[in-house]
Amino acid sequence: MNPKDALFVIVASWTGLSAIAVVVSQNIVRSAAWLLFSLAGTAGIYFLLGADFVGATQLIVYVGGVLVLVIFGVMLTAQGPFISLKTSTGDWGIAGLVGLIFLGVLSSSILFASWPVASDARMKDAAYSKSSVALGQAFLGIKEVSGPGNVTSFPSNAPRTRLPMGYLLPFELVSVHLLVVLIGAAYLARAKRRLRKPR
Amino acid sequence: MSDAELLNGYLLLGALLFVCGVVCMAIKRNAIGILMGVELVLNGANVNFVAFSRYNPSFEIEGQVFALFVIVMAAAEAAIALAIVMNFYNNHTTVDVDTAEELKG
Amino acid sequence: MFVLNLLSNYVGIRTALASVALIAPNVGDKDFERLKLRIILTVVAVIAAVVLITFMLMSAIFFVWLERKVSARIQDRLGPTRVGGKFGWLQTLADGLKLLVKEDIIPTVADPVLFRLGPYIALVGAYLAFIALPFGNRVVAFDMNIAVFYMLAVMSTEVFGVILGGYASGSKWSLFGGMREAAQVVSYEVPRAISVLVPVIVAGSMSLSVAARAQSGPFWNWYIFHDPFTFLAFWTFFTCGTASCKRAPFDLAEAESELVAGFHTEYSGFRWLIFFMAEYGSMFAISGIAILLFLGGWNTGLLPFELSQQFGIVGNIVNVIVFILKGWFLVFVMIWVRWTLPRLRIDQVMMTCLRYLLPISCFLLLGVSCWQLALTRLGWLDNVRYLLAGGSVLLVLLFLVKALTSASAANPTQLMPGPWQLDRAAVPDVSQSAGPS
Repeated sequence: MNPKDALFVIVASWTGLSAIAVVVSQNIVRSAAWLLFSLAGTAGIYFLLGADFVGATQLIVYVGGVLVLVIFGVMLTAQGPFISLKTSTGDWGIAGLVGLIFLGVLSSSILFASWPVASDARMKDAAYSKSSVALGQAFLGIKEVSGPGNVTSFPSNAPRTRLPMGYLLPFELVSVHLLVVLIGAAYLARAKRRLRKPR
Repeated sequence: MSDAELLNGYLLLGALLFVCGVVCMAIKRNAIGILMGVELVLNGANVNFVAFSRYNPSFEIEGQVFALFVIVMAAAEAAIALAIVMNFYNNHTTVDVDTAEELKG
Repeated sequence: MFVLNLLSNYVGIRTALASVALIAPNVGDKDFERLKLRIILTVVAVIAAVVLITFMLMSAIFFVWLERKVSARIQDRLGPTRVGGKFGWLQTLADGLKLLVKEDIIPTVADPVLFRLGPYIALVGAYLAFIALPFGNRVVAFDMNIAVFYMLAVMSTEVFGVILGGYASGSKWSLFGGMREAAQVVSYEVPRAISVLVPVIVAGSMSLSVAARAQSGPFWNWYIFHDPFTFLAFWTFFTCGTASCKRAPFDLAEAESELVAGFHTEYSGFRWLIFFMAEYGSMFAISGIAILLFLGGWNTGLLPFELSQQFGIVGNIVNVIVFILKGWFLVFVMIWVRWTLPRLRIDQVMMTCLRYLLPISCFLLLGVSCWQLALTRLGWLDNVRYLLAGGSVLLVLLFLVKALTSASAANPTQLMPGPWQLDRAAVPDVSQSAGPS
């Protein structure tokens, strides 16, 4: 087993076990801690897949942002009885059964399909490994593909063409969306004045 | 492991994260626990995207671009969901979703 | 010993790279070649990891001693003078031994798993940042082309150790301290990231090696002098970095006079030591980023050429030493600022971030983008560098001259007037004017 496979097994089992622990744990704060490990493990998966920028974004946004937000929410509402809200055994049984069936369906569809797989030369391809440059260009509206742009699935060492069809519009839309969400969240979470009861 | 087996491994991990998220959403009574399930679901989908972006010959960085968009939208959605949960807590002094049945009937 | 480690690391990485280049075209090669490559890469990775953790912990030992000495001198006392000679060189070793043999106290109301977990999350967050930090030309564990983004991302996971430590201690003071600290750290990450973008725009790459290599040569090539916007960006980055390391004047949550000791109140012995190693590690990482992006990285700034290109591996060793000394100097500045300025209140801390540093850093980002665009049209704007560099050198020299020749430097012991003066005629006799009139 080469180091790449060993690393995949380690990181994937770490992520999977943490995800299962999120579900199983009764204490909400411990669930948040296992969620931290799960998200950090997912970031490790992204680094293993060669997606450095996505992995770093996962760490900075999910772990350093969303999870801190979640844990603030947990701390503000975790007063005594709400730290461990128990679910009945019947609910556990049904949810577990549904989850197992769902997992079975997904795994069988994954294992029985034959996915087209690119050769490993892509990792050594200079254009692919500088993924942050390609990502930056894509968000500015330029997409580089190998081979002429009208047909996909050319080998990676074909001469590259630049197409003027990037992801600039979704990028701008997401920026406006974030602004809207910022304003909305600030409005929802504002300190409300208490109405004076009429005497 | 060959590339195909490794790809299957990543997809299975994505499926596991997704299923854990769905079960978490179904099982938790704490509203914030449900939010954690949503995060797990989105992460599972993201792992799928990035794995295909790496191994499928027709994609170069499309999967990573989509994964980035999903991460950003998930952060936005988590912020709003927590604001809603905070409002609920301020009004009802509980985060137990089983008590949130005033619109029933 | 450390130099030998670094040498073997350097040689090992070069060998590994050479062997990759040799066998890359032949995919279906002999199994022995592949096995050799795997062994080499694993050994190189392990050596790099061990070297980095050794450096981080040794630096932390040095910083603890430095903090005690610097704080002592600023407070007009001597500091450790007994352990290990006249200057207390081995004081930190004694401190470490004491902390190791201390009793491991865990409060009964503490969450046992999370209490034990907190310090290690903080340490891992600080340590992972060192992977992408270049110490010299090509002396880096993993040369990423998004190095600075990765470092900021990984250091933002440290806040979780703080939160878990604060919550799991089971006391409300720790919880308050942890929450305040988390709010402060997370808020200051935004202007920190925006200030980091300013030299990244000038360098054209998020890679720290590329940014540092572009600053080779005389010191007016350094990015801090490149234009007024990067000059200001250095100060905002340093301020935001100090705040996100939870150092004074932003250390409200861990100050002794405030919430006992904030999130690490209940931590004693070895666990407290881990928290502090994490803090000093992230201080050095922030200083490292500041040096590589603004202060010329591993270049001395006095020579017109780049040392490792002229003198090979010996030049690279000098580069590494220069980088480490610069890093230690910036950490010394952080310690100096801590013991000089008074603490900010929590609302002042958040106001500084949201009302001042965030708009300033956005303005600087806009400014540097316009400057880079203007440079392509108006090439003479480049000469602003010499103005800024010369002006800064002049200011530093002026300050030194003033400090060394001032009256208080000449007469260090000036007593304030008071009753200990023997000249009783100069002191008014208050005993007769006291009493009911």
